[in-house]
Amino acid sequence: MKTLVEKIWDNHVVKMLDEKEAVIYIDRHYIHEVTSPQAFDMLKEKGLQVFRPKKTTATVDHNIPTLKQELPIEEKESLKQVEQLRQNCKDFGIELQDLGSKHQGIVHVIGPEMGLTIPGSTIVCGDSHTSTHGAFGTIAFGIGTSEVATVFASQCVIQSKPLTMKIEINGEIGKYVTPKDVVLQVIAKIGTAGATGYFIEFSGNVIQEMSMEGRMTVCNMSIEMGARGGLIAPDEITFSYLEQTDYWKNRVADFQLQKENWKLLKSDQNAEFDRFVTIDATEIQQLMTYGTNPGTGIPIGSLIPNQDGGIDYMQFKQNESMVGIPVDYVFLGSCTNGRIEDLRQFASIVKGKQKAENVTAWIVPGSKQVEEQCRIEGIDIILKNAGFELRQPGCSACLAMNPDKVPTGKLCVSTSNRNFEGRQGKGSRTILASPITAAMCAVAGEIVSYKEFELL
Amino acid sequence: MEKFERLISNYTLLETENIDTDQIIPAVHLKSIERINFGKYLFSNWRNEGKLDEIEWPRNGTTNKVLVAGSNFGCGSSREHAVWALSDYGFKVILSTQIADIFSLNALNNGVLPIKISEELYRHLIKLNNTNCQIEIDLETQEVILDSVGKKEKFKISEFKRECLLNGFDTIDYLVSIYSDIENYEQAR
Ligand code: SF4
Repeated sequence: MKTLVEKIWDNHVVKMLDEKEAVIYIDRHYIHEVTSPQAFDMLKEKGLQVFRPKKTTATVDHNIPTLKQELPIEEKESLKQVEQLRQNCKDFGIELQDLGSKHQGIVHVIGPEMGLTIPGSTIVCGDSHTSTHGAFGTIAFGIGTSEVATVFASQCVIQSKPLTMKIEINGEIGKYVTPKDVVLQVIAKIGTAGATGYFIEFSGNVIQEMSMEGRMTVCNMSIEMGARGGLIAPDEITFSYLEQTDYWKNRVADFQLQKENWKLLKSDQNAEFDRFVTIDATEIQQLMTYGTNPGTGIPIGSLIPNQDGGIDYMQFKQNESMVGIPVDYVFLGSCTNGRIEDLRQFASIVKGKQKAENVTAWIVPGSKQVEEQCRIEGIDIILKNAGFELRQPGCSACLAMNPDKVPTGKLCVSTSNRNFEGRQGKGSRTILASPITAAMCAVAGEIVSYKEFELL
Repeated sequence: MEKFERLISNYTLLETENIDTDQIIPAVHLKSIERINFGKYLFSNWRNEGKLDEIEWPRNGTTNKVLVAGSNFGCGSSREHAVWALSDYGFKVILSTQIADIFSLNALNNGVLPIKISEELYRHLIKLNNTNCQIEIDLETQEVILDSVGKKEKFKISEFKRECLLNGFDTIDYLVSIYSDIENYEQAR
């Protein structure tokens, strides 16, 4: 009796080092400009080549501008990192989705879109939100730069076997409640360190009924509970997503064959998890964080429950509601909520309405493909008519390494994943919320839930 | 990598919980393509906001080799720059009641020892607040020792990483040495 995590893990053990630790083979390696240059250096210092260059895919996302990408990058240091990646990819034979290419975008958005994230595989990237790829039934986790170098050198990492946790989310979900609200609720329950050492399997009818985009949002934020990763057993929703990707569109016969194997990827009925948690979906409301860690989600309009969690930094007060507080910035994007479904949801709320004047909004698609799809569906026009502008793909204000920085003291309602102090720019104050909530706040110019929004 | 066996040092205390790697080194400082000189950016936002005591946190680095920090240290982003900054600043050991997984591995890969300690020991270290108290870390026996008050606590780290640290080995060299195993694995799939 094995859990899905154990099955995939055991399948990738090249060699056991002791009863827990093993050399694990990596099927897919994603890299970007910020955490890879030093890894290439480590390789060069040892005079090594990339062991399996075809298994690594590169993109530029973290520090690139989201306007005028056709022009040379203005920030000198960002340009240097991007150019370094170009050179390294060329020298070591790695495929790069550079600015201007069809699949450029945030690393965790493009991997699945290209069809490279496939069920049952192991995936790593020098980025903590690699957990996103778990939505396809993979063991996917973030690694540091030294480990990026070990993957370059050997296509392997050395890791200890994780503990397993099952989180089951059942019940009917309310109107305006999105996958983002679901995962914020889970984090609030588990705590920001509650899953340290664990791999999470998400299940239950709420997960089963979710689109791949929604599942990616949920798995993406597993890391905010301290988990090593989170995954979801693949099913028909997974397969139909994959079938439409560039990679599998051209490999129909192979796809059918693989699919039969992928169907077997699930935890055995009586498999034992080290920890089991249930969440009642009927209780989940439209959530928003009040503090400086992602575990501080509360229903919008409820009172801030305690003095901790960074409310001084946020300039909020205990026992007060956040509703009505003016919003300075709204950020729609990131590997959490920068997919086409998120753009659709945002557009559905702002359609026919106007952005509030006091709000600066950054609407940033997660990838070229998402940007393209927005144009096909006319989402760009809806946004434009409502006073918003669709920018170009990248991480943008999620970590503010590019010019999209929230100024000191300003309040931003953000669809990204981290509300840490200064994350969106030095002194910036971040509220995490869903694309729907972000859209409502952008129109209202202040913090609202659907209740206030419907009265507008 | 440098060998790590035993270390005796004073410690620096940072009681904050959930110290994420964005605090340890803010993203604006991740633009270097080298691995050196990150120490000057350690906790740079907190430092600029006056949240860190200038005497305890000298600009040019510390002689204290041990950092004692609140629970869930190193959570958030996987940036190894956080470890490069801590290490360049002078820290070789991190003690906390909970340390994030990716951070722990990054630390070990750079010869910095992340040690999970008990709540009791943590409280004790706060109480002592470094008054004449040297802390000893013995990797061979896997013990944290507070000699002056006669306290000892065992800790655990990965056996493989312990061997690497004790002998100054590096993971890449090991993996390169087992290429034939890796190729066999690939062929058997
Ligand atoms: S969007 Fe944000 S969280 Fe995602 S990869 Fe980029 S910086 Fe990291």
